[in-house]
Amino acid sequence: MGNEVMSVLKKDYIYNLMLKGKRADGRAFDEIRDIDLRTNVIDKAEGSAWIKLGGTELLVGIKLQVGSPFPDSEGEGVIITSMELNPIASPDFEAGPPKEDAIEMARVTDRGIRESGAIDLSKLCITEGEEVWIVFIDIHVLNNEGNIQDAASLAAIAALMTTTIPGEREGRGEDMPMPIRDMPVSVSLVDIGGEVMVDPDLDEEAVCDSRLTIVSNQDGSISGMQKSGDGALNDEKLLKAVSLACKKASELRETHLLNI
Amino acid sequence: MSDKPEKFIDENGLRLDGRRIDEIRPMKMEIGVLSRADGSCYLEWGKNKVLAAVYGPRELHPRRLQKADSVLIRYRYNMAAFSVEDRIRPGPSRRSTEISKVSREAFEPVVLTHLYPGAVIDVFAEVLQADAGTRTAAINAASVALADAGIPMKGLISACAVGKVDGQLVLDLNKPEDNYGDADIPMALTSDGEITLLQMDGDVTQEEFKKAIEMCKEGCRQILEIQKETLKNKFTKLDEVDISDEDEDVDISTIVESTLEPSEDEETEDQDEGSDEYQDDGSAEEDENEDDSVSEDEEEDNEDDLIEDSEESIKRIDEDDPDDEEDDA
Repeated sequence: MGNEVMSVLKKDYIYNLMLKGKRADGRAFDEIRDIDLRTNVIDKAEGSAWIKLGGTELLVGIKLQVGSPFPDSEGEGVIITSMELNPIASPDFEAGPPKEDAIEMARVTDRGIRESGAIDLSKLCITEGEEVWIVFIDIHVLNNEGNIQDAASLAAIAALMTTTIPGEREGRGEDMPMPIRDMPVSVSLVDIGGEVMVDPDLDEEAVCDSRLTIVSNQDGSISGMQKSGDGALNDEKLLKAVSLACKKASELRETHLLNI
Repeated sequence: MSDKPEKFIDENGLRLDGRRIDEIRPMKMEIGVLSRADGSCYLEWGKNKVLAAVYGPRELHPRRLQKADSVLIRYRYNMAAFSVEDRIRPGPSRRSTEISKVSREAFEPVVLTHLYPGAVIDVFAEVLQADAGTRTAAINAASVALADAGIPMKGLISACAVGKVDGQLVLDLNKPEDNYGDADIPMALTSDGEITLLQMDGDVTQEEFKKAIEMCKEGCRQILEIQKETLKNKFTKLDEVDISDEDEDVDISTIVESTLEPSEDEETEDQDEGSDEYQDDGSAEEDENEDDSVSEDEEEDNEDDLIEDSEESIKRIDEDDPDDEEDDA
């Protein structure tokens, strides 16, 4: 009950700000919070990245194992993405197996990487039909101040770009870098009573009608999309969001990924 | 091993199953198929077979899950173990959890949730046979099941996917297109064309995406017609008596209006029925449809009335018909 009253008040406040073209933290509608991204932060992992997006903080670790391929793609490596919303990150998170939010965000991250063809999976095949590399992307959320999704996607591709495949350790030939072909970047927007804004913080996430995540690639094509939240979108708003997201994604790629 | 077809679209512009690129698979719906559920719908769409049922609004336990200002909608998308080629392990998977979440959110904008604070509406969608597009099939069935249960809604939800094969956008993917195509974009729309579910994976340009929305709208429009037809059929059909004998196009409003000219007896009866929560939930799913000036609950009540003294009612319908039609016009 208490939370509901709070969120009604908060929504009013954020909505009224929006009408004046403002956001609670003073950002423009198309402005992403400051990003601090560092790679190779965990020595034990084959690749890793730490990201701070505004106040949201998380770690992505990449581990590789030798395993068997899926029967329908015997010549390709396997990607497995999981996300843990650890109770350390928010009073609202509980310990235990991932719930629908964590599953959804992990799967959207996974689809962005998979469908963009960012990893050349055929190069992860060791012996066709028998042995392939399995890439585990584990997202460990440390502090939630909103928009875990974009932080996770950006850190995941950054971590993958710094990953070395441990051929020698596993007795499968030489070490080699992860075969990366593209850099998918996710940008999320929320719709608050009519205007879309990028990179929602915690409050904006709590009061938004719906939320849209768009994953786009270097050539400007879209490789993943997900609407979530209880609202509906009209196509005008949707198309505006898509073009804004693609533009923002290319800025993020420019500043944070191309120098890795 | 891969049995990817060489071409998805032949030189005549026809797809592997003979459809044109903007054609949906044949769809069949049946309503009220489960006796225990408050509303239900069985759907066949291509080779998909989906059964959806709605229970509620009903009391929600445990109480801590209750929402003080609205009803809680729960949506469970579940695939039968035998519904696909290789048996799948029963119970929730990561995939089904995600689908359940986004499908629930697809209905939130249309269900009038504020009417039942503290209660729950359970929607169960069972995929009995899967052949590409099960989440959209489940949503189409669930939408009709919600209406069948008399849940008040602003309108029906219709869902359909657009994909890309051979560099061309196609409506309502079949299995090979889904497996080997370049993109899959499932969407759910309200009857006003607002998007309530949107997912996408694959690779499309912004231009293609724009076109995909248009195609999907057209597909959903056709599906909406089938859904409406299914509902109309149930709520105009009477046991034993076929009212459409003389006039094929009997429309719900004429029946309802003519039978509910309130005689005193019926009024008292109505009030009694009012105590039954489910019958009294003024459901508005057909509201935007101009013909249907009367909402679902009345239709349901009427159905009962009609059955009770069908002969008299039928006579009255026949007599009143021309007048009512004039009124409508």
